[in-house]
Amino acid sequence: MNIKPILEIEKEIIEDFALFDSWEDKYEYIIDMGKKLPPLEDEHKLNENKIKGCQSTVWLVASYNDGRVFFKADSDAVIVKGLISMLIKVLSGHTPTEIIDARLDFIGEIGMMTHLAQTRSNGLLSMIKQMKNYAIAFQAIGSQKTDHK
Amino acid sequence: MGILDLRQQFPILNRMVKGKPLVYFDNAATSQKPQRVIDALTHYYTHYNANIHRGIHTLAEEATMAYEATRRTAQEFIGALHEEEIIFTRGTTEGINLVAYTWGRQNIGAGDEIIISGMEHHSNIVPWQILCEEKGVVLKVIPVNDDGELLIDAYKALLNNKTKLVSVVHVSNSLGTVNPVKEIILAAHQVGAKVLIDGAQSAVHLDIDVQKMDCDFFAFSGHKVYGPTGVGVLYGKKELLEAMPVFQGGGEMIKEVTFEKTTYNDLPYKYEAGTPNIADTIALKAALDFIKETGKPTIRAHEEELLAYATAQLQAIPGLTIIGNAKEKVSLVSFIIKDIHPQDVGVLLDNQGIAVRTGHHCTQPLMARFGIPGTIRASFALYNQKEEIDALITGLHKTIKMLS
Repeated sequence: MNIKPILEIEKEIIEDFALFDSWEDKYEYIIDMGKKLPPLEDEHKLNENKIKGCQSTVWLVASYNDGRVFFKADSDAVIVKGLISMLIKVLSGHTPTEIIDARLDFIGEIGMMTHLAQTRSNGLLSMIKQMKNYAIAFQAIGSQKTDHK
Repeated sequence: MGILDLRQQFPILNRMVKGKPLVYFDNAATSQKPQRVIDALTHYYTHYNANIHRGIHTLAEEATMAYEATRRTAQEFIGALHEEEIIFTRGTTEGINLVAYTWGRQNIGAGDEIIISGMEHHSNIVPWQILCEEKGVVLKVIPVNDDGELLIDAYKALLNNKTKLVSVVHVSNSLGTVNPVKEIILAAHQVGAKVLIDGAQSAVHLDIDVQKMDCDFFAFSGHKVYGPTGVGVLYGKKELLEAMPVFQGGGEMIKEVTFEKTTYNDLPYKYEAGTPNIADTIALKAALDFIKETGKPTIRAHEEELLAYATAQLQAIPGLTIIGNAKEKVSLVSFIIKDIHPQDVGVLLDNQGIAVRTGHHCTQPLMARFGIPGTIRASFALYNQKEEIDALITGLHKTIKMLS
């Protein structure tokens, strides 16, 4: 699998956002990304997959395959879904170490830290934290497997 | 004084948000502060900051006088019979907790019942749940109809000789419903139960007369009545406050301390342990004076006009449903929009400079009653204008367009 480095994907998003000169354009893009994110299967919409700290409901699931972490997520709020969609685009398919080390500066660069009030970006931060927690857990599994060899 | 003149007394209303003039419709969460409240705070810290009640120097005397002047103003504001029935707290939540931890623990035991309503803020649910778990008390809930009104007949059916306390909200923060507290109190007293009224939302809009109402306890917050955060009032009938055990121990609340035995101070100091929030309490007087001078009838007349206008404008938006259509409401309107999450609306309105509240408003059981995750709530204050409601309506049309 040929996956672009995290920083490169972040750079592409920043470049996309640089084309927008109004908040409407930015949000319409995010809303569009939210709408395009494939809905999570009902079987994953469980309480244990919910992320706390969000005003809306956010579900996040992760799988670990061939040393790489894959995320799927959903939300009942479309802007949040758009933001998750970007996080998935940036982080999904990378190794646990890459995900853990990702600084995700693009969120600030595209103005989402300031455009989302603190309480809501706390939800965004909870999402990132949960994604990184998955990466940490999978990294532990990965190293256990290596130990057994 | 006209609304424009009143509005000019609130400096924050001149600011821009995201390049647009601020439209502040989150008044039920906290109201903005007139200049005189801000001035009272800075004046205190600039000229007479001192610890109160104990000092004999000039600063301490001035600070004590100003602090106690707020107590008399608050007494008048809610029509309490005695000055010492006014206990300063951090806010409504602390007031309710104070009653739960003192009067509640002394007077409510296993098998007894507490009645709350289906439209309570979490602050008037959780303190009683804690008490119920600790003591084996039963919590009963007055149901809410589809218009967002309490079912009074059902309430009366819940009352019996095991009912020790009825604790209900005067005005719902999520729906705006004004509850018939006089009737609720009268019925409770007939079975010998005491009544606490959560006045967090009512104190700013309605005329409060705790004697006429005949409630046993009444709690409200300073920051929702154009005053500072971190100060509130708990009213309690004198004989109840005198008989209740103390809440927190420390300085100020004592008469004499020895290692063998401590005797407690008289009311109201018995419930004001430690150095209180002096500055904010002093500035609260400026807020209450401001309301008195403006006149609640004047405030209500303006706010009712805003509510009627907003309700009519909102109802004309396709797919929009107003949650809470009680016959008696304060100037607050909660609504949902078909297939759109309230949070998305809040984000997009904020980008247009419009501050509304979205979510469950700390009333999750009420949201569950209506089968919704939350609402969008616009709550109006005396300084809001019809033009701002127009901006909200324009903003909502744009928001809906962007989301669909």
